[in-house]
Parts: sequence; C-alpha cells; structure tokens
Amino acid sequence: MKTTTLDRAAALRADFPILARKIGGRRLVYLDNGATSQKPEPVIRTLDDYYRFHNANVHRGAHTLSEEATTLYEQARLHIARFINAPSDTQVIYTSGTTESINLVANTWGRANLGPGDEVLITEMEHHSNIVPWHILRDQLGFTLRYVPVTDDGLLDEDALDDLLTERTKLFSFIHVSNVLGTVNPAAELTARAHAVGAKVLIDGAQSVPHMPVDVQALDADFLVFSGHKMCGPTGIGVLYGKRELLEAMPPFKGGGEMIRDVKMSGSTWADLPHKFEAGTPPIAQAIGLGAAVEYLTGIGMAWVHEHEQELLAYAYPRLGEIEGLRILGPGPTRRSGLISFILDDVHPHDLAAVLDQAGVAVRAGHHCAQPLHDRFGISASARASFYLYNTPEEVDILCAALEKAQDIFAF
Amino acid sequence: MSAEELIEDFSFLETWEERFRLIVEMGRELEPMDPADKVDANRMLGCQSRVWITCRPTDENPPRLHFVGDSDAQIVKGLIAVVFEVYNDQTPQTILDTDIRALFAELGLANHLTPSRANGLNSMVERIRAFAAE
Repeated sequence: MKTTTLDRAAALRADFPILARKIGGRRLVYLDNGATSQKPEPVIRTLDDYYRFHNANVHRGAHTLSEEATTLYEQARLHIARFINAPSDTQVIYTSGTTESINLVANTWGRANLGPGDEVLITEMEHHSNIVPWHILRDQLGFTLRYVPVTDDGLLDEDALDDLLTERTKLFSFIHVSNVLGTVNPAAELTARAHAVGAKVLIDGAQSVPHMPVDVQALDADFLVFSGHKMCGPTGIGVLYGKRELLEAMPPFKGGGEMIRDVKMSGSTWADLPHKFEAGTPPIAQAIGLGAAVEYLTGIGMAWVHEHEQELLAYAYPRLGEIEGLRILGPGPTRRSGLISFILDDVHPHDLAAVLDQAGVAVRAGHHCAQPLHDRFGISASARASFYLYNTPEEVDILCAALEKAQDIFAF
Repeated sequence: MSAEELIEDFSFLETWEERFRLIVEMGRELEPMDPADKVDANRMLGCQSRVWITCRPTDENPPRLHFVGDSDAQIVKGLIAVVFEVYNDQTPQTILDTDIRALFAELGLANHLTPSRANGLNSMVERIRAFAAE
C-alpha cells in the first residue's frame, strides 16, 4: 500500500477534535461516516465566529451585521456551486438536507409534471428518502412507480433498464452511491440513457458528493441532491442543484418571507432563483458552515479523499473477508465506495454494534433506512462500517479484532 | 431472583465483557415464545432489532401479570430477561411502583434503556407498564 494517503490522513486527524475522545477509556474509532461525518476545526471555528461576530438575518437589514451575514451566506453558495461545478450559484438551493431536497422536487416539479399514465423510475437500492416521497405523491397523483432491480452481487440490473426506461418515464431518480451496498452506480451512463427517452434525472448524491469529485455538468444531472452533515458540515443544511430552466419553471415549495417579489391582497409573485425556494429565515450559520466544509474539502482535494478511501477499502475488504462467517453485502472492491455493510453468522447486527461500542468502535446497525433493499437480500438488518478521510488502517484492525471478540461472546 | 440478587450478581463482574456474557446467558434461559405470538400486534417499534411481548394475567385478585418476550438480538433478549426478573408475575401495582430505570442504572445498563427508539427495549417497558395500568 502507498504510504502517501495514509500519512496525510493521520495528519488530518488533528483537524477533528472529537477524534481525540475516549469511549469507555478506549480511543474512539469512528466508522459511522455514512450516517454523519465529524467536523474539522475550520468548520467549528466558522460557526463560532459567525455567532460571535456576524449574526444577523440575511437579505433584510440595511445594517452592517446583516450585510456581513448576507455576504457570508451567499459566498458559501458560490463555494458550493464551484464544488459541484454548477454553471451558476443561483442553481444551488439551500434545503435542510437530501430528504428535503427530494421532497421539494417531488412536490414542485412532480406535481406540475406527473399524472396517470406517467412513470417514475427509482431503484431497489434507494434510501427511504428517495422512496417514500414518491409513494406519497403517487397515491395523490396516480402515476406509476417502478423499480430497477438489483442483481445478487449488488449492482443495478442494467439490462432491465431497456424495458423500464420508456417514453412513459418522466423521471429517473437514483442513488449515486448505495448507503448499504457501497455500489457506485454509473451515474453519467444512467443519466444519458434516461435522457434518451426524454426522462429527467435526479441523482441522490448523499453518499457520493462527500467522498468523490462530482461534477453536475459532466453528469448532465437535471437535479443533484446532497446533505452537508455527511461532508464535514453542520446538520440542518443541504443542497438541491437543478438545471436553470427546470428550477425556473417549478412553482415554489413553501410560502413565506424572503421568497416573494410582491405580495398583494389578490396574490403573490415569486422572487428569482435561488430565493424562490428559500422561504423564511434560512439556516444561515449552517449554510456558512457548509461553505467552510466545502472549502476545507477543496483544500484537501476530493480526488485525494476518494483515493484514500479506496486504499482503506482495498485494505479492509480482504481483512473482513478473512473473518469466518462474515458476509459482505454488495459488489467486490472495484465497484464500490469506502463503506462496507456485512452480516456475521449467528450474531445480530444490533449485538455486534453493542459489542463494538464497548470497544470504542462506532458503526451503524439496522436496516439503514433501506428496508426494501434488505428485503431483497432476505435479511432484516446489517452492520455497516463507513470510512472518511481521517480513517486509518489501524482502525480497520481494531474493528476486525472487535468483530472476533463479538463472535466469541455470542458463540453457542 | 430479586432486584437485589441481580445487583449482587452484576457487582462481581468487572468488565463489560463479563456483563454482556451474563446478559446473553440470561436471555438464553428466557421462557420460549410461541412463534405464533411473534406478530406485529405484539411487536415493539425499534429499528435495530425486533422485540415482541405478550401478557397473560392470572385469575387471582389482584391478578399477577405473566409476560413472555423475545428478540432477534441476543443482548436485547438478555435485557428482556433482566426486566422480567423484576416485573414478571408481579401484581400491576408492584409493576407500577417499581422503577426499572434505577435498576438498570445500578446494573450499569442505563444506556440500553434510553428513549432512543433504537432497540425497542424502552417501548417494551412502556408496554409492560401500560398492561399494568389497564
């Protein structure tokens, strides 16, 4: 293994104060990054500075603090736009996260464009946030929801796409990187195939944008959604990117202050992008914090983050595979991101997580908000270790040792 | 076994590993649940593990409540056994008067009985108390 990314990861750990914590006297081994990432000093400091020196409401007051807050808030939008190579920062809509972004598209673009006879295509590997909004909307509008099947080795069944993508398909909404299988879906290719039948494409980037370079123009995505808290940013802030003509044609999602041009007794007209979709006082500190997170990640380089996680994966995948009775879900190490879900014979994932916690190791256990996918593989739950830029091979070793201890405790 | 005996048993255990082993052991000795009772109506909400519980009152006056419970996770099953050591076959009044949280704290298990919906144990205790209040 190259030592370059590992040396740097060890150095980057110093940026994350929480990683110095002890859990029950043991060093914290944080492998639950798929759920949320830890926050580096520059982000923590930015939030602190904002509240100490610049706090005010944005786009409103003609006073110094409001102007400073507005400038910081809009600068963050610019950083985020550059981060995903959006043509314009006005196409970056602040939301509370991936879930709200998808609900926004469903309730605005969806209501305006979907009805009986239309089809929305999603996949069997979606997170609940990209299933349930479509269930709700389908029951109201009467369109058909279809699913791209997942193969036994955890890939999308691309052959089935020929039958599933038709002129009836109005939207193909898929997860870029599976939060359970780790599968990296060929987003550009899937998008091109959807566009070929005239469908719009929504890419759920919750597990891709934090971990690899993502370029909305290279992907030709109509919509890209992601969450700030999984990429070193605060909770409560996320993004909806959309193509300009789509966003402009979409009605607003929520009504209130800030999103209007004019309000009369007889009716209202909407503000320009992006403010049309940002009713009320937005999560100002969180947006500015996400801007700081994006700057931090840009400084490190997303190509490096991706390379480092791939190195960790290349180390962890065979190590975990050596553990007797351990089964890794999803594809082999070449088509996946740095997260590994697994089941251990005769040990329930909840029991595993409880033992790992005692060993200082934080992993996720459960259905990871992807029940249909677990049903597909005939299991009720799994455990998941997910890496980020600050994880190291020693932490993989600690994980493996703790797994073996768990086997010992629960063995019959 | 009374709460005092449980506390005494646990007090000899110095490491979390020993405590886990005892909990798992207690779970294995739990009265088996009829698979037919493992239905949604008897299931607690929890996203990490599945927990079921049934309650049958005796004909005595006041009745004693007999609980049977199960989980697909061994630690949770063991924790159910801990709860049952205190609550099972007691009168409703005794159940309502017993503070299980204090016992869990004393056993060093308090973090397993948080209001988090993760393991279903908290909703199980709520369900037992609801049975007792009926």
